[in-house]
Amino acid sequence: MTPDEEGIGTGPLNDGPAFPEMIDPGPIDPAAPLEPLPGHSSSGRLERILRAGEFAVTAELSPPDSADPVDVFERAAIFDGWVDAINATDGSGANCHMSSVGVCALLTRVGYAPVMQISGRDRNRIAIQGDVLGASAMGVANILCLTGDGVQCGDHPEAKPVFDMDCMATLETIRAMRDESRFASGRKLDKAPDIFIGAAANPFAPPYDFRPLRLAKKIAAGAQFVQTQYCYDIDLLKNYMARVRDLGLHEKCFILVGVGPLASAKAARWIRSNVPGVHIPDAIVARLEGAQKQKEEGKRLCVDLIQEIREIEGVSGIHLMAYRQEESVAEIISESGVLRDRKPHSVNPVIPQYMQQRFRVPS
Amino acid sequence: MKTKGQLEAKLSRGEFVITAETTPPDGADEASVMDKVGCLKGLVDAVNVTDGAGARSHMSAFACAAIMARNGIEPVLQFTVRDRNRLAIQGEFIGAPAMGIPNILCLHGDAITNGDQPEAKPVEDVDSKGLMSMARMLRDEGKLPSGREINPAPGLLIGAADTPRDPEPGFKPAGLQGKIDAGADFFQTQFAYDIEVLKRYMTVLNDAGITEQAHFIVGVGPLISAKSARWMTQNLFGVHVPDHVIARLDGAEDQRAEGRKICAELVEQFKEITGISGAHLMAPRGEKLIAETLTEYKLRG
Amino acid sequence: MRLYDLFQSTIVALEPVVRRIGYDRLERPVAAVEHAIKGAMFDCQMCGQCALSSTGMSCPMNCPKNLRNGPCGGVRADGHCEVKPEMPCVWVKAWAGAQAMMSENILDVQLPVDNRLKGQSSWLRIIREVRAGTLPRPASSARKAA
Repeated sequence: MTPDEEGIGTGPLNDGPAFPEMIDPGPIDPAAPLEPLPGHSSSGRLERILRAGEFAVTAELSPPDSADPVDVFERAAIFDGWVDAINATDGSGANCHMSSVGVCALLTRVGYAPVMQISGRDRNRIAIQGDVLGASAMGVANILCLTGDGVQCGDHPEAKPVFDMDCMATLETIRAMRDESRFASGRKLDKAPDIFIGAAANPFAPPYDFRPLRLAKKIAAGAQFVQTQYCYDIDLLKNYMARVRDLGLHEKCFILVGVGPLASAKAARWIRSNVPGVHIPDAIVARLEGAQKQKEEGKRLCVDLIQEIREIEGVSGIHLMAYRQEESVAEIISESGVLRDRKPHSVNPVIPQYMQQRFRVPS
Repeated sequence: MKTKGQLEAKLSRGEFVITAETTPPDGADEASVMDKVGCLKGLVDAVNVTDGAGARSHMSAFACAAIMARNGIEPVLQFTVRDRNRLAIQGEFIGAPAMGIPNILCLHGDAITNGDQPEAKPVEDVDSKGLMSMARMLRDEGKLPSGREINPAPGLLIGAADTPRDPEPGFKPAGLQGKIDAGADFFQTQFAYDIEVLKRYMTVLNDAGITEQAHFIVGVGPLISAKSARWMTQNLFGVHVPDHVIARLDGAEDQRAEGRKICAELVEQFKEITGISGAHLMAPRGEKLIAETLTEYKLRG
Repeated sequence: MRLYDLFQSTIVALEPVVRRIGYDRLERPVAAVEHAIKGAMFDCQMCGQCALSSTGMSCPMNCPKNLRNGPCGGVRADGHCEVKPEMPCVWVKAWAGAQAMMSENILDVQLPVDNRLKGQSSWLRIIREVRAGTLPRPASSARKAA
């Protein structure tokens, strides 16, 4: 007698499942993928928006220092209806937080469109490929490959930096998984991950004239969209984009430029001297310095930058990183007018009951 | 209680538990997880999800476990130190309870050279005891080693692996005590087919007070043939299938059926041994076979 | 660049000699010589799969993130490394070197490192693999775009 005939799997549970309330409620799944469109790599909303030629807006969510899913949802709700996708960072600044795959799995659960960031700092190629499959299985449509900050700048400087695959190798690996349905080893996949593949770019750090070529390499390796480091120097960006257009890269890849509000002149100075790779010109610091309300000025500055960036040919969108100022995201987007009349999909998340109860066990 | 899991609840009530094992599928298909492991639903108290078994890539254990939890199977999420550093692993410790994963098992993992990407870099940032102590610090103190707070803290039941063996005179289970001191709440063991050896081993553990400090779940599984049993004895670390068991398989008309019977008998015998809290059923790609064994012999936790 | 090409074709021409002596017997002495020379000239880390000709003769294994395809986003304004501020970025040097060499190799996407080859001679590997036609080729390159 085969197990199926015995009715295995339908029989009574010994004690009932661990979380009876966790079992899927039914057919309504807001996270269910959209109908795939011809020529698209993923069933995600971000790819749809970009391919439709809309100016896209993404924002970055910093994962909570908490094991409570509700904390993730609270952070995402701030962006709901304002952005086309939400980036979940992977231990950014080399600080440990909830894993990006965990955050993304929660976000897709209620219908958000996350961009899962994968850095090569903490995982080798075996783990990265597993995370790609796992994320895709849980409805993640976008993955952003990046190098990752060095461990020395975070709260675990004693940790071992892995850096087994660089972002270029990760891009190639994911593309092969998607397009050839195989692991890097050649072993076949039962189902390929439908992933819209992204990379990071930093036009604002030396060697400046190599940066557009590095983007070209990333595109050759599989990048379909890039999100850049914070842009505070519009001239540097214009130079970069001019070269990008010369190379025709803007036609092969969607470029989303990173922006974010500076809280004060002091904060700007601190970032300038402590966060390598973020370039803030003197004029920006001076503008904040001269303002009565520096925080307000920081937001206005961000809005101004967005409006200038939007006018640059070849830019497909912005990526808003409002670290510790997430509440200002809606205001900045609205003020900048980048969405014109468009209203990004609002999820109005229904957080499953079981997730609303805190997982912490009362002592 | 440390978690909301059924495994901890039953263990703490002193009930005999049954756990099983699955390896995540090689694809990005959510449904394939339950296709594979769904047959165990309701039959076992928890199912272990292996992490890069055989040093090969599969769907990540975290995702596989999250999908199982969502579908009503309590996972034991396995962690190896081979593929991720402490930043990545702690991130998953924090994320696990949020996904409904209450149990973890900390392992070293197969050597990278045994897999199909031997060119990959072995990480080995911390050892398995290091993993356990990080998990315990997160759970009990709600903080990372750096001192940063995690609130709410992740409720996790922490497991470790062990290999039962014939204790030589004067044997002290110092390794097990070390793992308990690092944070182990329970152990799951390698296959134990030699019941006499197991009895002697458990006596030593009981005398040393190990089984009072941590739950001991002993590994076993349905053997599929005498040939396979011989292979396991020769090739799997710490596995010894006694000659009389192999002879029994050899003499059987249906070796697979006999293997299930032997497995069921062993589980029943485990229940009689002081200090054993449960059985951990393993069979490579054998979720159905385990389910079949459990049903056929009405084995219940 | 030309020099390195010349060097490579010279060592490949030595293949029959190498084969006669035996790769295994040569591995240790050649690796030692290679390490001494490349160590002194390029601070070589003996990854066993030399990419110097594609990295403007700046050894990418000196990058704290082991990047083999270009600089990370953390390069300081003065061109120094994010992780080791006292060190000039390996890739700033690589880009300068590649331009001086007028080499386009820097546009090829380098394969991830085979960690088993660390400490082994890259020269012998090149000799063997060029002759056998098994030298790994880059899967993709930005040459066309440039």
